[in-house]
Amino acid sequence: MNELAAKADVVIVGGGVNGCALAYQLAKKDVDVVLCEKSYLCSGATGRCGAGIRQQWSTRKNTELAIKSVKIFERLAKELGHEIGLRQGGYLIVVHDENGMKQAEKNVAMQKALGLDVSILMPDEMLDVVPILDVTGMEAIGATFCPTDGHADPFKTTHAYAHAARKQGAALYKFTEVTGIKKRKNTIDCVLTNRGKIKTNTVVNAAGAWSKQIAELLQVSLPNKPFRKEILVTERVKPVFKAMVISFKDGIYFSQQDEGQILGGIPIPEEKPGYLTVPTFMFLTHMAKTLTRYAPTLKYVNVIRQWTGYYDVTPDAQPILGEVEGIRGFIQCNGFSGHGFMLCPMVTKLLTEYIVDGKTSEILESLQLSRFKGKKLEQEISVVG
Amino acid sequence: MSDKTFICRCEDLTQEEIEQAIDEGYTTLEELKCKLRLGMGPCQGRSCLSLARRILCKKTGKSYPEITMPPSRPPVIPISLGTLTSDNDE
Repeated sequence: MNELAAKADVVIVGGGVNGCALAYQLAKKDVDVVLCEKSYLCSGATGRCGAGIRQQWSTRKNTELAIKSVKIFERLAKELGHEIGLRQGGYLIVVHDENGMKQAEKNVAMQKALGLDVSILMPDEMLDVVPILDVTGMEAIGATFCPTDGHADPFKTTHAYAHAARKQGAALYKFTEVTGIKKRKNTIDCVLTNRGKIKTNTVVNAAGAWSKQIAELLQVSLPNKPFRKEILVTERVKPVFKAMVISFKDGIYFSQQDEGQILGGIPIPEEKPGYLTVPTFMFLTHMAKTLTRYAPTLKYVNVIRQWTGYYDVTPDAQPILGEVEGIRGFIQCNGFSGHGFMLCPMVTKLLTEYIVDGKTSEILESLQLSRFKGKKLEQEISVVG
Repeated sequence: MSDKTFICRCEDLTQEEIEQAIDEGYTTLEELKCKLRLGMGPCQGRSCLSLARRILCKKTGKSYPEITMPPSRPPVIPISLGTLTSDNDE
């Protein structure tokens, strides 16, 4: 394993897609950056996620971040010199009732104003996108559809970012756990790890579901809570649809990958926050029942694996970004609430502009930790899984 | 006949591909899974993981127990979504 640097301009905590992407962006700007990951790269939420990339959100901030991220995803393989497995097969968001339709119309109007290609489909038009759906069984009265949504391979994307980061001079340390962060007055002084000390003035907390513990090393309290999320994958069958199908009412999401496997998840009723990793039988049956109600023909398809990961959930389901008030150089990049993979290209770009040039933006300002202090929150309601 | 040695038959992975990934720094079974989809097919790694573990020992100089196995994930055998809907408790 490569020897630990004695000092760095920036230390990133967490080797998920956001940590690796940020390492790349910073290294590209000639910043001396190192990354510490307590396990292997994409061992947390990134490597366990549903891989979806969606631009259809209810808040303007999430929509803007997602639209800009997709633009970057579209040229990312070329930029990084490695394949990322991007496929833009669209997201079909099922609408079940009149209230849902009202919200969908509101969302679509806002998304269109931001330039997104998105439309409302009638039940028969939904079948053109995903022919195996049973619109009666799923109780659908329509859907919204954005053809440029899709998915990318989280392993390939993270490895591509990591590879490009190293090429630009970043050092990525796996199996290196951050055990302490020291400050001098109100500025970061150094990071302590199980492999030694790194002198630095800037630390980025990109530790996903463990961000809360990292922040506690500096007595900073984050409102984030870890939620176990379950997911399953089937054997490979003939590819018949390309869109991700999701429903906010049932919480289900599923898609078929290019290789043919069907991948999806759904929350189990009454899941409580905590560090639970055991997959449940309740998920398996609940998912099977809902999925075969949506697409009855899937009852013949075999499930080969189920696993769990975490959502790092904030009170308004939007990420926490930027510098913490009162501690110079302590920067948050967490609280993605299940959407860290799809937002990472733009988020890491904004944070890089802030770290390198001190440049801030409306989005960065509005997603700071301080927004949870007493003020009214703008809730993201378009959440699944 | 091909002179390639296949380690993971579900995902069509050869010994050479696994050795190359180890050379690139993917030095645990978990990382090889992420990089190559090793053991992620229908057999769930029953045949390939212990073979890949031996290759890892040889390439990294670590002992067999030092190379830990990835967690086994349910179900034990593939099971159809239809079968999973057949209890009526919900």
